[in-house]
Amino acid sequence: MLLKHTTPKEIDRKSLTINPAKTCQPIGAMYAAFGLNGCLPHSHGSQGCCAYHRSTLTRHFKEPIVASTSSFSEGSSVFGGSANLVQAIDTIFNVYDPLIVAVHTTCLSETIGDDLTQIISKAAEEGKIPEGKMVIHCNTPSYVGSHVTGYSNQVVAFVKFFSTSTMKKRNAVNLVAGWMEPSDMREIKRMAKEMEARTIMFPDMTGVLDTGLTGKYTMYPHGGTTLSDMKATGDSRFTIGLGEYCTTDACIKLENKCKVKFEVVDIPIGLKATDRFVMSLSRHANVPVPDSITEERSKLLDLIADNQKYFYGKRVALFGDPDTLVPLTEFLISLDMKPVYIVTGTPGKGFDERMATLLKDIPEAKYMSGAGADIFRLHQWIKQEGVDMLIGNTYGKYISLDENIPFIRFGFPIADRAGHNYFPKTGYVGATNLTIQILNALMDYQDRTCPEEKVEFQM
Amino acid sequence: MEKDILSPLSTFKEEVLDIYPKKVGKKRDKAIVFGDPDNIPQIQANVRTVPGIITQRGCTYAGCKGVVLGPTRDIINITHGPIGCAFYSWLTRRNQTRTDQYDTNYIPYAFSTDMQDSNIVFGGEEKLKAAIREAYELFHPRAIAIFSTCPVGLIGDDVHRVARHMMEEIGNGINIFGFSCEGYRGVSQSAGHHIANNQLYKHLIGRDDTVTGSLKYRINVLGEYNIGGDAFAIETLLEKCGIQLVATFSGNSSLDQFQTAHTADLNLVMCHRSINYVAEMMETSFGIPWMKANFIGAEATAKTLRKIGKYFGDESLCLKIEEVITEEMKEVEAAAQQAMKKTKGKTAMLFVGGSRAHHYQELFNELGMITLAAGYEFGHRDDYEGRRVIPSIVIDADSRNIEEITVTQDPTRYNPRKTKEEIEALTAEGLEFNGYEGMMAEMKKGTLIIDDLSHYEMEKLIELYHPDIFCAGIKEKFCVQKMGIPLKQLHNYDYGGPYAAFEGAINFYNDIEQIACCTIWKEIKAPWEKEAYVEATYAY
Repeated sequence: MLLKHTTPKEIDRKSLTINPAKTCQPIGAMYAAFGLNGCLPHSHGSQGCCAYHRSTLTRHFKEPIVASTSSFSEGSSVFGGSANLVQAIDTIFNVYDPLIVAVHTTCLSETIGDDLTQIISKAAEEGKIPEGKMVIHCNTPSYVGSHVTGYSNQVVAFVKFFSTSTMKKRNAVNLVAGWMEPSDMREIKRMAKEMEARTIMFPDMTGVLDTGLTGKYTMYPHGGTTLSDMKATGDSRFTIGLGEYCTTDACIKLENKCKVKFEVVDIPIGLKATDRFVMSLSRHANVPVPDSITEERSKLLDLIADNQKYFYGKRVALFGDPDTLVPLTEFLISLDMKPVYIVTGTPGKGFDERMATLLKDIPEAKYMSGAGADIFRLHQWIKQEGVDMLIGNTYGKYISLDENIPFIRFGFPIADRAGHNYFPKTGYVGATNLTIQILNALMDYQDRTCPEEKVEFQM
Repeated sequence: MEKDILSPLSTFKEEVLDIYPKKVGKKRDKAIVFGDPDNIPQIQANVRTVPGIITQRGCTYAGCKGVVLGPTRDIINITHGPIGCAFYSWLTRRNQTRTDQYDTNYIPYAFSTDMQDSNIVFGGEEKLKAAIREAYELFHPRAIAIFSTCPVGLIGDDVHRVARHMMEEIGNGINIFGFSCEGYRGVSQSAGHHIANNQLYKHLIGRDDTVTGSLKYRINVLGEYNIGGDAFAIETLLEKCGIQLVATFSGNSSLDQFQTAHTADLNLVMCHRSINYVAEMMETSFGIPWMKANFIGAEATAKTLRKIGKYFGDESLCLKIEEVITEEMKEVEAAAQQAMKKTKGKTAMLFVGGSRAHHYQELFNELGMITLAAGYEFGHRDDYEGRRVIPSIVIDADSRNIEEITVTQDPTRYNPRKTKEEIEALTAEGLEFNGYEGMMAEMKKGTLIIDDLSHYEMEKLIELYHPDIFCAGIKEKFCVQKMGIPLKQLHNYDYGGPYAAFEGAINFYNDIEQIACCTIWKEIKAPWEKEAYVEATYAY
């Protein structure tokens, strides 16, 4: 047994988090910063933050994750990190020549109260920021929210520093990408292209965190939202935010700053969320939905209908981030599965409200967010009454092995399997990938566990 | 031939230093030196990293909680701070632990107080206390350790006071202790090792006089973290020779091992950087001598075993050791010969840790490979130049902040395992006590030695010298591989190992042979991108 000390008996636990279903803000800011072309993320804090974030992101993406740090010492923690950041800016532009440096804070620099606006203008006054280059920043205190909050804060900073309204509206729709894989973003952009909608996606990690092997390494690959596109988001006719937690604030900021109206929809995971995304894009980009998209949808339906018996009534436990858990839960319901336990460490009312609505016909379902909502608790629930499937990041492996539950890796980080960088989970194609993964896991389990005489040639 | 390979390295400084701002260049200049075993140069090490330079270094918390205490299975390690630090140090080092169904094992768990903004404003001590109560109610551990993250030190939470308070409140013989391992202390993980060593000494070592194990010759292996099962391989080998491994610090370790470690008669130090403090303290208070050892590389392993034999001075032990070495070397030599066909003459660079960049050169030598460049992420000057330079190391403000504890002879249990005369005699016979020659003594003239290698310097090393293999960690791995050069991770062994002892040497040979044989690197250019490609035309 891997998690042998976990028992079904829950206690009234208010202070101890065990096996968290979230991590801290700065890593989200770092991830989002890779979605801007020519951008170097910079962590304003101790070296360890930057090292940990880089390692964690690298384990997941299996790609270069390079970011700089202010390398706080005890002295900077007492006197403030201004000198460190000014020095960092100077070193970075001399040595690494990025177009943009995206600085985010940490619990250390937040606790001592470093004022980034003031420090960065000091660096500018001292001539440390070359012409045509930019240093942007966002505040990401680790003791508020989660990695999801940090992602959102970085995306807001993109709008705050770049989006510009020239008063000449362009016939484009902004797609604000929530926390998803580069492969997911690629699929969404493909769909938009298929629909002949003009879109600007930001942040956009495609071509940055899913690059090929060419024998050449470049710190700033060709991908990412370009600076000119990012500026032009202020002239777009509409913004669609993909994922409430990650994108709402950026959408609001863009509306306030540049008068671009917006709608926030779920990340298009599964049938209905993709339907809503397609409808929204069709309406706001003023393009019809082509037959090719309808055909993709019909193929998904065909797959589900053909294998319906395997899904029906299967109890599923899942953990991860609100923006993916909501459409994922909805999709499981579309498959006639029963999402019974859902946990996210990210706090917020939105999750609870959406879950209440989605799960109204599954009275046995339990869900929890924020303080106390951790993977340990989810495991305790599973021990109280078992499930047929577990969906979550690699940390779920330990539960799935102990309890012998089919396990689908979904979320962040996935450190022990390949595929997430290549096969999207968004759109109808992504939903098809996901359905096949779920189906095969259930079938494998049946083959592995049924009596010999029940092994079927055909399933 | 070797000279031809090494001579281009001589222009490296000119190639890289220019790009840095003047002051930064001056500083980096002192951290880049050329090997000369006869006249060991001074290197700048264990100093602050220049902000923005893109270092691979981590923090004090990582060195303390992640490295030293992480591998111990039966202490509940609570990270006091916002959620991230506990999350990132959760199962991310490959320190294996082997338990039976009755053993306690908290390694697959992450425990955190998940501090919120209200805790930052009003203090987090009460939440920490409550978290300890909850941990006790759920798990009834024998020991709980508390690890401080950056904000804890800033807001003034006293984790040591909380530990004492909770130990009293819970009672039942529970041991609770804290670590002031805030990430901003020191200049790298190294400060965390030191802090961890101090607390191990104060709160665990020497608490239980029970003599465990049945074998006569009793040793501890310090600075061995059981990555990929290294400590298992070492333990198996020692047992084969009739040597009792009392405690490993801290791979595959348990509370009982720490608490009874003082009953051993010799301390072997593997990773000098991370654990030399414990070796020193145990010698002072319990009279246990220590020697530098190395189980990485077959020859080094044999040498280490012979050292143990000589130390105990028992002929039958020495004979047994020779017997084991002869037996093991057969397979080792066969494997080396096999691998050598592919690896001989190839070049390597190693930038990792505080001892591995040195130790692993042994294995590359055994494969007939040439180390072009090496350096540590968090080593000190003594790890490069040898312990003889310790008195001349200037203690700067960053090192001064780390507690130095005063250790005295244990009033009842101090028992010098060897008399002064015996030590002198053994030294005359070639055993070295309390010594470490450092990496540089074994690096060829003209090789490059670089401390705290920056990302830029790494890129330049590869661009200029195209090593056949680059050894570093996960953060460097994919940058280097994009350039078409295979990277072997020496923090986590690319999920392989063990690499220690004879068994490990064979694994390493095989893995390096596999890397040298990997053909995919040759396919990077598409056929139509190659020069020889001629566009076909149809002739009508």
